[in-house]
Amino acid sequence: MAKLLEVKNLKTQFFTQDGVVHAVNGISYTVDAGETVAIVGESGSGKSVGVMSLIRLIPSPPGKIVDGEVWFDGQDLLKLNEDELRHIRGNRIAMIFQDPMTSLNPVLTIGRQITEALELHLNMNRDQARKRAVKLMEMVGIPGAEARLDDYPHQFSGGMRQRVMIAMGLSCDPQLLIADEPTTALDVTIQAQIVDLVNRLKEELGMAVIWITHDLGVVAGMAERVIVMYSGFIVEESLVDDLYANPRHPYTLGLLRSIPRLDIGRQKRLIPIDGLPPDLLEAPTSCPFAPRCDFAIEKCTQENPSLESVGPDHVAACWVDISGAKVNVASDADLTEAELRSREDAAVAVSSKQEGEGA
Amino acid sequence: MSTQTNGSQGSGALVEVKGLKMHFPISKGVIFQRQVGAIKAVDGVTFSLYPGETLGLVGESGCGKSTTGRAILQLYRPTDGSVVFEGKELTEIKGEELRKMRRSMQMIFQDPYASLNPRMTVGSIVSEPLEVHGIGGSRKERQKRVQELLKTVGLNPYFVNRYPHEFSGGQRQRIGVARALAVNPSFIVCDEPISALDVSIQAQIINLLEDLQEELNLTYLFIAHDLSVVRHISDRIAVMYLGKIAELAERDELYANPMHPYTQALLSAVPIPDPVIENERKRIILEGDVPSPANPPQGCNFCTRCPRVMDVCREKEPEFKDHGNGHYVACWLYEEGHEG
Repeated sequence: MAKLLEVKNLKTQFFTQDGVVHAVNGISYTVDAGETVAIVGESGSGKSVGVMSLIRLIPSPPGKIVDGEVWFDGQDLLKLNEDELRHIRGNRIAMIFQDPMTSLNPVLTIGRQITEALELHLNMNRDQARKRAVKLMEMVGIPGAEARLDDYPHQFSGGMRQRVMIAMGLSCDPQLLIADEPTTALDVTIQAQIVDLVNRLKEELGMAVIWITHDLGVVAGMAERVIVMYSGFIVEESLVDDLYANPRHPYTLGLLRSIPRLDIGRQKRLIPIDGLPPDLLEAPTSCPFAPRCDFAIEKCTQENPSLESVGPDHVAACWVDISGAKVNVASDADLTEAELRSREDAAVAVSSKQEGEGA
Repeated sequence: MSTQTNGSQGSGALVEVKGLKMHFPISKGVIFQRQVGAIKAVDGVTFSLYPGETLGLVGESGCGKSTTGRAILQLYRPTDGSVVFEGKELTEIKGEELRKMRRSMQMIFQDPYASLNPRMTVGSIVSEPLEVHGIGGSRKERQKRVQELLKTVGLNPYFVNRYPHEFSGGQRQRIGVARALAVNPSFIVCDEPISALDVSIQAQIINLLEDLQEELNLTYLFIAHDLSVVRHISDRIAVMYLGKIAELAERDELYANPMHPYTQALLSAVPIPDPVIENERKRIILEGDVPSPANPPQGCNFCTRCPRVMDVCREKEPEFKDHGNGHYVACWLYEEGHEG
């Protein structure tokens, strides 16, 4: 399939009073036309900043895109001027944000907010725009669309507001829809409705979707390809089936293990990822995951691995081959030798550290 | 659930909630305020908690699960119903007597950023309950106790002089746990203690809560919206919808054999982190939204969204009753003469 978006070595930093925050540290990936790519990571992993940088929605200052290229349909988005970019944003690349309450304007009617983009980008007059808005709202499943056009955001429930956001995003038939944690603020039953809706619309309209989330469960049901981010780096990228069956980065493995699952027997104990996410103020020189990693070897603390191919359409950034580790762990017997050793070491280190600090 | 009212002795319940109702008034008018209605946040909830167990309370936002937790602890004074804790009727006591009871029942809050005073050091946050209840001996002894508590929850005891902003979300939640444990409670209401945390940190806090329960024989009311987490930590689970309990059963029974259509839909909506399974699953997608608790539908409160709704559901409210082995359901589908 044709490449729609190509991101090359994108680097975004924030210049704050405390120093430089290394939010995105040179990420490269592509999105094909009509494809769904999920970007998974925790807060602070750079997943949101990474995609906001694509359409230059980074508050600047303090933020700055310091390096990289973003090729969208033959144009480098980072080299366009504001005017040219405005014709792409909301038109050919649309975005849905996490919190539908704060991203809708509370003093404008829903109708006005949807028609604004239509009048601006598609040169429609008021009547045409209104008719199209009704159609869009019906498409995303808002009952009584015509009557609700003149309602204000506070008159809608959370799930309905997110539908309005999606209707706004789709208003100009975008080629690429960026969804930044669109279901995180919603309940599971509403989440199921929204995921279902986006999947259906994607098929009908043939657009590509970048779906940003921290929930590996949602990703499994909708994405074709998954990118895992940690500390501003892409640490693993793979087709969806392979990633879940055969994760090759310890962080991905850790994420999969730490969530309780409904489909298998109840685990006796969850296996958390120990430690805390790294401080982004320090320029990374070694593998950022090494301090929390069960498989870390000496090399991990000296050099940051780059993405290497570990299988067909599967890349990971890790010095160690973890392909023997199991995702579903019922007891310690399912852990590899290296992991067990590291767990013991960690326990010893913690106790001796506490004694040391006590002295 | 049972007719025992002998409090915490033997096999009796530690907490008994009966017909608990919490209505918040809606008033109109500026000077002459008059009540024009009520938000029925909790509308007749009955369950018991036994010593050492964890009861999971799940439901979607706005279903009244947090309000139930707070009404049990008398942080809100219930409109109606009874809460018996360690043999005492909490809704009838107040003032000093109630404050004394709070020693044995504590709460862990959802948002570790909002629930710690940013101007207090960790040491004073954790020792405050000790001072309030006049326990823990001298200042020095209290300090020692605080350090012990921090160690128990997996924090370095030498953090006592630091402020909350110096900690990450997971560490703050540990401080919240230490504060709840300070007065040696027997019952803790955990109100979505992990939903504000990152995925990799959530498991750390769940493991901590489980360890503490085993060590200190705590009883938890674990409020959450995440069904997979609730299954992991709970012994029994109650599913709430619009101020009422729809279903209550033993953990494995509930997940293997969900009876209420709402529970079935809720379970089918939980995404499973496995693309192979996910592609084959059939979801029950509920139509529409939860109705307003100010104006709940007549009959069964789920009748507006239920995929298996019958005529009787729109007329009469189903009774919440035992269908064998402590599996409680409120649904007309399982009533004789109404099977759909």
